[in-house]
Amino acid sequence: MTVPTAPSAPGGAIEPRSRARTARDRRRPTRHRESTWRHYLVSVVAFLAVLAAWQGVVVAFHVPPYLAPSPLMVVRALRTESHTLLVNTWPTFIETIGGFVVGNLVAIVAAVGFVHNRIFRQSVYPLAVTVRTLPIVAISPILVLLLGNGYAPKIAIAALITFFPTLVNMADGLTAVDPQALELMHVLSASRWEVFRYLRWPTSLPYLFSALRIASTASLLGAIIGEWIGSNSGLGYLIVAATYDYRTPLLYATMTVASALALAMFGAISILERYAVPWRVTPGVGGE
Amino acid sequence: MTAPAIVVDGVSMAFEHEGSPLHVLRDVSLAISEGEFLSLLGPSGCGKSTLLRLIADILAPTGGTISILGQSPARARHERALGIVFQQPVLLPWLSVEDNIALPLRIGGWGARHPEAPSPPALLDLVGLRGFERARPAQLSGGMQQRVAIARALVNNSPILLMDEPFGALDAITRDRLNEELLRIWTETRRTVVFVTHSIPEAVYLSTRVAVLSPRPAQIRALMEIDLPSPRQPQMRDTPQFARFTAALRNALEHP
Repeated sequence: MTVPTAPSAPGGAIEPRSRARTARDRRRPTRHRESTWRHYLVSVVAFLAVLAAWQGVVVAFHVPPYLAPSPLMVVRALRTESHTLLVNTWPTFIETIGGFVVGNLVAIVAAVGFVHNRIFRQSVYPLAVTVRTLPIVAISPILVLLLGNGYAPKIAIAALITFFPTLVNMADGLTAVDPQALELMHVLSASRWEVFRYLRWPTSLPYLFSALRIASTASLLGAIIGEWIGSNSGLGYLIVAATYDYRTPLLYATMTVASALALAMFGAISILERYAVPWRVTPGVGGE
Repeated sequence: MTAPAIVVDGVSMAFEHEGSPLHVLRDVSLAISEGEFLSLLGPSGCGKSTLLRLIADILAPTGGTISILGQSPARARHERALGIVFQQPVLLPWLSVEDNIALPLRIGGWGARHPEAPSPPALLDLVGLRGFERARPAQLSGGMQQRVAIARALVNNSPILLMDEPFGALDAITRDRLNEELLRIWTETRRTVVFVTHSIPEAVYLSTRVAVLSPRPAQIRALMEIDLPSPRQPQMRDTPQFARFTAALRNALEHP
C-alpha cells in the first residue's frame, strides 16, 4: 500500500500520522498474523480434544447409542442421512432468511420512526417491550393457529425473535450522533432527510451490524421453534421426529447441521459488515 | 472603517438550570467590521462560546438582537454566510478527507448552484494537505484533522468564519504552526474571523482586535486594538511590544 506523502510546500513539516494508524501498522505484520494462527490452532485443538474425550467416554463406559452416540456415529449419520438432512435444511433455511429479513426490516423502519416521531416512539416502544416479555414458546402455537401450517408462522416467529434486539440497537445507533456534528448540520441548514442520510444512518451502521449478528443465530432458533409446534419438514421437525424414534445419532447430526447453518449466517454477516462499515473493524467469531 | 459584518446589540442569554435561569451573557454589544480578525478572550465557561453559537444561529438569544451583513442570523445561515470550526474537528469518519470537505456542497445541493465554489482539492492545497484526498480522518493526526475542518469551513466561500477554540485541543507546537497557517489563509482569503480562545498570546498574535469577556454572566470588559505590524511574524512573539499587549490583556482579564 502506498501512503501519500505530504508536500513540503506551505504546509511545512506535516505532523506525524495519527497514533491509531501507526499502532495498526505495527500490529498488522507478521507478529499479529502468527498470534492469530496460534489462536485458531488453540481453538481447533480444544474442540478436537472435547470430541476425543466424548468418544473415549462413550466407548469406555459402553454408553448405548440411543442415550449418547459417539462423535464417529454422528459423522456416520451425517453421511448416511445426508439426503434427509438436506431436504429438511432447505425449509428451515427459507424460514430463517425470511424471518431475518422481515424482522430486521420492520425493526429498522420502526427505529427510524422512533427517532423522528416522539408519539410513535411513546406508543410503540412499550408495546414492543411487552411483546418481548411474552415467552416465545407460548406465542408460537398461537401463531401456528393463526397462520396455518406453512412457512408463514415459522417466518413470523423467526421475525419476532429477531425484531427486538435490532429495534433497540438501531434506535440507540440512530441517536448516538455526535452533538457537535448535529450543530454542524444545523449551521449548514441540513434538512431532516440530509441529517438522516449523512449523519444518523452511517452512525447507526455499526450498531445495526451488532444486532444483525445476534439476529443471524436468533432467527434460526425461531424457525426451529416454529417447526417444533407444527410441521412435517425442517430441522425442527427432524429434531422432534428423531427424538421420538430414539434415532439419537440423527438427532445429533441435525443439531450439527443447525449449528453449521447458524455459523454460516454469522460469518456472512461479519463479512458483509467489513464491506458496509469499513471504518470500523470488529472481532470475528474467533475474537481478538 | 469598513461596514460592520456582525452587529451584536444588547444581547443577553440565559439557560434553564435546575429550575432557575442561569445568566450566561448580559447586555453584550459588539460591532465586528468586515475583514477583521476579532478574538473573544475570556476565562473558561464565561460564555464566549455561547456568544459564538448565538452568532451562528445554533442558539437564539433571550434578549437583544444580532445582525449579520444586515440580515438575521437564521437568514445568514441559510445563505451560508457563516463557516464554522469547532474545538473538535467533527469530521465524519466514514467519509474521505475530500468528501468531508465537500459535505457543505452536497447539503441542500449548494455546490450545484454555486459552481464558483472552491474545489476540495484546491482547499486541501490551501491548508497544506495535498495528497490526502482519499485518506480517512482516522488516518490523520489531530492537527491535520483540524486543517480539514478549516478547509470544510471555507468551501462555501462564506464571508464570515467562526472559530470556537479551534486549536485548544492541540499540543503547543502544532498550535503555533496552525496559527501561522490560519494567518496565511486569512491574508489570502480576507474573511471576517471571529475567534474564541482562552490563550492570551494566541489572541494577540492572530487578532486585529480582542474583546475581553468577564466571568459569567459575561460582559465585554475591554476592546483592544492589536496594532502589531502585518503580516505577523513568529519572532514578534518575543518583542516588548507583544509583551505589552499580553500584559494589558491579562490585566483586563484579572482586574475589572
